[in-house]
Amino acid sequence: MTDELRRPGELGEPEQLEAEMQAVWERRRARAKRSGILSPILAIGVLLVLWEAGVRLLNVELYLLPAPSVVAGAVGKDMPLLIEHGWITTQEVVIGYLLSIAVGIPLGLVIFLSRPFARAIYPLLVSSQAIPKTAIAPLFVLWFGFGLLPKVLIAFLIAFFPIVISTVVGLASIEQEKVYLAQSMKMGSIATFFKIRLPQAAPSIFGGLKIAITLAVVGAVVGEFVGADAGLGYLLLIANGNLDTPLLFAGLFALTLLGVVAFAIVEVIERIAIPWHSSQRAETALASQ
Amino acid sequence: MSASDSAALEIEANGVSKVYSTADGPVRALDRVSLGAKRGEFVSLLGPSGCGKSTFLMIAAGLLSRSSGSVRVGGEEVDGPVDDLGIVFQSPVLLDWRTALDNVLLQAEARKLPRDAARDRAAALLKSVGLGGFEEKYPHELSGGMRQRVSICRALLHEPRQLLMDEPFGALDALTRDQMILDLQRLCLDRQLTVLFVTHSIDEAVFLSDKVVIMSPRPGRVAKEISVDLPRPRTLALRESAEFSAYTKQILNIFLEYGVLHEE
Repeated sequence: MTDELRRPGELGEPEQLEAEMQAVWERRRARAKRSGILSPILAIGVLLVLWEAGVRLLNVELYLLPAPSVVAGAVGKDMPLLIEHGWITTQEVVIGYLLSIAVGIPLGLVIFLSRPFARAIYPLLVSSQAIPKTAIAPLFVLWFGFGLLPKVLIAFLIAFFPIVISTVVGLASIEQEKVYLAQSMKMGSIATFFKIRLPQAAPSIFGGLKIAITLAVVGAVVGEFVGADAGLGYLLLIANGNLDTPLLFAGLFALTLLGVVAFAIVEVIERIAIPWHSSQRAETALASQ
Repeated sequence: MSASDSAALEIEANGVSKVYSTADGPVRALDRVSLGAKRGEFVSLLGPSGCGKSTFLMIAAGLLSRSSGSVRVGGEEVDGPVDDLGIVFQSPVLLDWRTALDNVLLQAEARKLPRDAARDRAAALLKSVGLGGFEEKYPHELSGGMRQRVSICRALLHEPRQLLMDEPFGALDALTRDQMILDLQRLCLDRQLTVLFVTHSIDEAVFLSDKVVIMSPRPGRVAKEISVDLPRPRTLALRESAEFSAYTKQILNIFLEYGVLHEE
């Protein structure tokens, strides 16, 4: 233990104390790291146990709510099916997401740079978000058929909005002093943009990118609900129609996994791209506690 | 003022006024401010918050427009950002994604100075302010005082003749501040810099300056100019001396007279 518990006479030399404190600090850090992994697993575990026990004790019908063990069985049994349809949905999500980045960030830039353009486009942009996607999805199916394209477009349509907004907010968030600094150094506007404004906006843009990836998953599934012959959303509909609730849950599990993994990938990219940002330094903060 | 006198002035302002338009109508931030700094002279602008001293500094740098009056820096009328002067702001304004060295080098990149020479100069500058070995550290790894040192190095990288500083030590603790003041004095003496230094600390102003320009509260006017005739390099012990106290007392009395401070 640390020195508080010892009487002054028992305190060692400072070097010895330092070594002990270093050991305590390392143990604490290891524990923090462990609990960072363990606590979520524990929380999910408790939830699953409660679920399992509840279903068994209350004798809930299988078609209403299958126990987690049954769902796990369905995941195992229907693995090839889940992978096949999951792959379709993954493609829709990834393409829709990349499209939303390719359109969202440049659109944010233009809105930021040109006030007249911003005024012209804003009502359109906001309306595009106000329209329920489920309402235009059938139209997209009518236009583009049952294939990948309508799903990609709906995923894109839902996901690009937060990217545009976060880009505009990020670019506008620069402090006046940084603008003065660039001007006083006679920095050209292109250099100022790439060396100061854009990196400054990166944390905000990544915030938008993280929201967008989860929305892209939702968009793809909405598209599949409306008209599809493949994909996890399609699988959910079929399972629901057949009252195959274990398969429904297996499909939900696969979708959740897809969303979580996609989010984690974006987070890793963020960590690599902007290691200097304070939100990326949580571990250092934890270790110094 | 004769022609030869004004030619010797490195920074010169005549009747500078600034009127802002706000929602509540026009506000006069500066009212006919005139002052001058000779080459190598350290001039402080001292006044309460909101007296327009920072506004004046930004006008002198050509970053803000003036409503009337004239400003000359290095003998040339200011019209847009002044070419080669150095500015230190209230906050260090460092880029979080750049190391200390790369933050200093931003100045060279902006001005398209030869990279290798700038690199050597930046490293030497950092070393001269006690940041040798910290070149590769990021701003979040540096203390507040260190960050402001980096920003001073950045302001000096292109070897400007004039340095404008806007309450650069306002956010620092007293000890760090003392060290910064000493370091700044040395830098200015070594480089024969003409400095315009905005502060609200009487001690800081007297310690650093050849001339203290005292400003009255809004609208900002020059209340008085005081020449500080103390030998250089000044030491911290000087602050305890009677001559030093005479200056601070004189300034204090002006603030009392203008109602900036009141004892009742």
